Amino acid sequence: MRSITRRKFLATSAASAAAITAAGFMGNVRIAHADDEIVIASLFDQSGGLDVYGTPMTMCTTLAVEEINAAGGLLGKKIRLISYDPQSNMELYAQYAQEAALKEKVAVVQGAITSASREVIRPILGENKTMLWYSVIYEGGVCDMNNVVSGATPLQMGDPVVEYGMKNYGKKVYYIGADYNAPQIIGDWGKKYVTEHGGEWLAKNLFPLDVTEFGPEISKIQAAKPDFLYTCLVGGAHISFYRQWAAAGMLKKIPMVSFTFGVGNEHKSLKPEECDGIVSAQPYFQELETPANIAFVKRFQDRFGGPDKAPYLNSVGSGSYIGTWFWAEAVKKAGTIEREAVLKALASGMSWEGPSGKLTVDPASMHCIQDVHLAKVEGGSWKVFQTINQLRPDDVKDRCDLTKNPATAEQFTPQL
Amino acid sequence: MDLIGIQIIQVLSGIATLALMGAGLAVIFGMMRVINFAHGEFMMLGGYVVIVCTEQFGINLWIAMLIIAPIFVGLVGLVFERILIRFLYGRMIDTLIATWGLSLFLIGVVTWIFGNVTRGVQTPLGAYSFGDYSEKVYTLVMIAFTVVIYLAIFIVLRRTKLGLIARGTMQNPNQASCLGVSPPRVYMVTFAVGAALTGLAGAILAPLNTVIPTIGVSYVAQAFITVITGGAAAFTGTVLASGVFGTVRQVISFEWTPILGQVFLLITAVILLRIFPTGITGRFFRRST
Amino acid sequence: MTDLMTSFRRFDSSRHGTWVVAGVMVVLLFILPVLDDPLLLLQVRYYISMIILALSMAFIWGFGGIMCFGQSMFFGLGGYAYAIAVGNFGESTAPFFLAMIVPALFAAFLGYFMFFGRLNDVYVAVITLAVTLALYYFINSTSGDEYTIGKARLMGFNGISSIRKFNWPGDSTALLSANHLFYFAMGLLIATYVGLKLLLGSTFGRVVVAVKENELRAELLGYDVRLYKLAVFVIGAAIAGLAGCLSINYKNFISPNAFHLSLAAQIIMWVLVGGVGTLLGPIIGCVVLLYVSFILGTGASGGGLNTYLIFGLIVMIFVLVIPQGIVPTLRDWREQGGRYRRMTAGAVLSMAEQLPASSRAPVRAFGERMLGLAPPSGHSGNKG
Repeated sequence: MRSITRRKFLATSAASAAAITAAGFMGNVRIAHADDEIVIASLFDQSGGLDVYGTPMTMCTTLAVEEINAAGGLLGKKIRLISYDPQSNMELYAQYAQEAALKEKVAVVQGAITSASREVIRPILGENKTMLWYSVIYEGGVCDMNNVVSGATPLQMGDPVVEYGMKNYGKKVYYIGADYNAPQIIGDWGKKYVTEHGGEWLAKNLFPLDVTEFGPEISKIQAAKPDFLYTCLVGGAHISFYRQWAAAGMLKKIPMVSFTFGVGNEHKSLKPEECDGIVSAQPYFQELETPANIAFVKRFQDRFGGPDKAPYLNSVGSGSYIGTWFWAEAVKKAGTIEREAVLKALASGMSWEGPSGKLTVDPASMHCIQDVHLAKVEGGSWKVFQTINQLRPDDVKDRCDLTKNPATAEQFTPQL
Repeated sequence: MDLIGIQIIQVLSGIATLALMGAGLAVIFGMMRVINFAHGEFMMLGGYVVIVCTEQFGINLWIAMLIIAPIFVGLVGLVFERILIRFLYGRMIDTLIATWGLSLFLIGVVTWIFGNVTRGVQTPLGAYSFGDYSEKVYTLVMIAFTVVIYLAIFIVLRRTKLGLIARGTMQNPNQASCLGVSPPRVYMVTFAVGAALTGLAGAILAPLNTVIPTIGVSYVAQAFITVITGGAAAFTGTVLASGVFGTVRQVISFEWTPILGQVFLLITAVILLRIFPTGITGRFFRRST
Repeated sequence: MTDLMTSFRRFDSSRHGTWVVAGVMVVLLFILPVLDDPLLLLQVRYYISMIILALSMAFIWGFGGIMCFGQSMFFGLGGYAYAIAVGNFGESTAPFFLAMIVPALFAAFLGYFMFFGRLNDVYVAVITLAVTLALYYFINSTSGDEYTIGKARLMGFNGISSIRKFNWPGDSTALLSANHLFYFAMGLLIATYVGLKLLLGSTFGRVVVAVKENELRAELLGYDVRLYKLAVFVIGAAIAGLAGCLSINYKNFISPNAFHLSLAAQIIMWVLVGGVGTLLGPIIGCVVLLYVSFILGTGASGGGLNTYLIFGLIVMIFVLVIPQGIVPTLRDWREQGGRYRRMTAGAVLSMAEQLPASSRAPVRAFGERMLGLAPPSGHSGNKG
């Protein structure tokens, strides 16, 4: 048996310590940007439970960047996109946001899917003066000059869909949703609308995101006999609800409205017999028959493997395409990528027309005034039957006015 | 009256779900003491087999579910037993880590092949009415399948030579080896059978749920807790533990919320393990399987 | 080979080993802020919080022999305790201590239940796992505003954000600067490491290890095994809580994911990869694995290979090829060789044949040198 000398051992230990330090130092190497490029970052989970949203979002960002570059770039420069994959992990969100802001010095971060991850990176990017563009439908209430939101809020989607339900189905409403902040708030908005319009709010029941067994709840709904069901279920596990609902023969008996149904491509996972007739309100549907959208869908499918292979586009996926293009247009208008100038251009009430219709920035909240479409599932795809133009994102209008208090940087909960 | 009837069915279905989830693990962990963290992913694979068979190849749902899924997942189990697990027998913690890697790997592979879109098969057989309530017929079928599967396991283990060899080898591999049995071979087959049972469970549950690459996480902890609380006699124990947990969870879910159902399930597990540190069958039914 | 394992362990447990490791940390403490790289300082702070978490697990598992599958629950409890307390007090001194006291009390309760109930091994693992999951589900279900402690809302799945950072004790308006936060975190890391070393070197530490080695023997010698295990568990929980509080100061945020199974499993990985029964090993394991996952996420792009796939492969290969952890194995490899080196040497030699003639010679020479060092047959590079 050979034995190791102490000196040798110390040498190797010192070497490994040095290696670790060196690994840390790699953060120190600033990447020199070529003068002819503008760097932007996307931060969407491409692995882990949220990849179902993150992968199409990354694709859409990529497509938008390629289109902008093909059209001659931005201010005469090419855009380089860095796509980070935070792997559904909050620590990595923080790390990549810091890396994007401090090391890559990106012009904008298109990022975050869940509100939780947005609330991790929003302060980091705010502190480091890097603009954040958030394009996912969410519970509303963010009031931050640095965070432009092109996703729709409960007021924009929830009221139209509940209004439709009460007009067509009846006054007794039963609400179920996923158990977190957004469905809580959406439920409260729903209750407010229903009671104000002479309806009866039967229940608000929320479920953890990994629940797949809905038998007891379905029995409860049967016992309560509502006129229609309002759902805000989220994620892959919750699709089981729709399956079990249909299997219990309820789809034909009690109608359902929702605006999260479709966000996770639920209607593609389910068979038409399991979801036909469900009504949803969204800022975007792949089936929108506007020329702009038909062309966009075709470009997307051509780029990502054809109509069969490319993922179905919903309002979440397409949101990052809209966000990237809208930002680029704002840069053109400002004539610079400087954050303050771009924000100022946007806050002047700038408009842009994309595949989902016209979006206009509301300077008071830095959210977008936009169109919302009502659609019904028919034969497993959406049939858009009504468009409500230019709805305002006034969820927390009473407390959020960035034109007066531009330093505000928090998320308000609507007081109902 | 209707309400009580429907609740009884739901409790039974909750018990059957847990027992199904635990069946394969009762073999792999209960008998072989291999901590298989990829248990949930084996179930997920079973679900995908059903989807691919019915959607891509138009195979009959029942054939896909009851025959192809267990065979396929059994083979996958066999392959990984050969290239991974067999080097790690007797090293519980190493197995835990390795199978955790395996679970990530399987999630990655399935995502890579099928994308991350949620898939599923429609629940067959429609609904029946029960007074004011209506329920899916498939629930009853699932309960029946569970009963049949457990009966089959008991018969194979208690009444056949194969079962005798398997049980003997798990108890004392050296002794078995002296008697002319090849323990590595028995281990290999037993692991494959456990994987097949897991795949079968995943396939049977697929029409009730959805299938996504990451669905395994929802199964794995429940399955482990059920089998461990069951204790030494893996199958009797799993049935007993499923009975207790299924009842607790369904009743609480109905009376209050599903989250409390989940929490109470876990609290019950902790209390049971405090009372019976070696599982329910560590105290009772010690001589059963 | 055992010799080599022992020499790593001897280094890890020896006094000069401790000096070297603590010395490197002190050097980093002084050098890093001078580099004037805010990103580096930030990210090092993240690694520090995770290293402290790894140390807590290294201590209770590697030295106390307690296989806790839910070390993340103490991390999460510490984090939530800090977040809730600082939200109420508006000052961070008391919350900082609460972040250690709350998990310690919880561990005392849970540990009493387990160790005085004489539960062992796998049952401890499962109970800690179950309790962690129960906490995870519970915290996840607190999104309603009825779950408010004082002024702080628990916020459920979304988590608590914009949590106040540390301030100078007593003065809630004087927040610590980025550099000071770094000094504080690094100082705590050094204190934790050296503190654990001192503890392990004391009589108490020796009894703890004796209990791990042979519970019955320790008991027959008159030690109350249950009490020692409980103490180890509680200390480990307090350290994990400290890590949770530091990690909040890095990301200003905490969510129920702190209790999630994947973090719980990761902690075990760090210790296992680094080497159970050492303190230095888990530190290295933690840094390496976190860095790998960070790098994988930077490189991933739509349509590329899935990060999980690659990470899963790494984990499996790791357990198969280097089961006793990185550092002992590196040593093993250099000194003893074995079949893995012969395998690698074979691969290098065959690779050399594929290369153009000009660059073939040095590669081949390298392969041959590796082979030449191979020990006489009869030794196996692997160990059970």
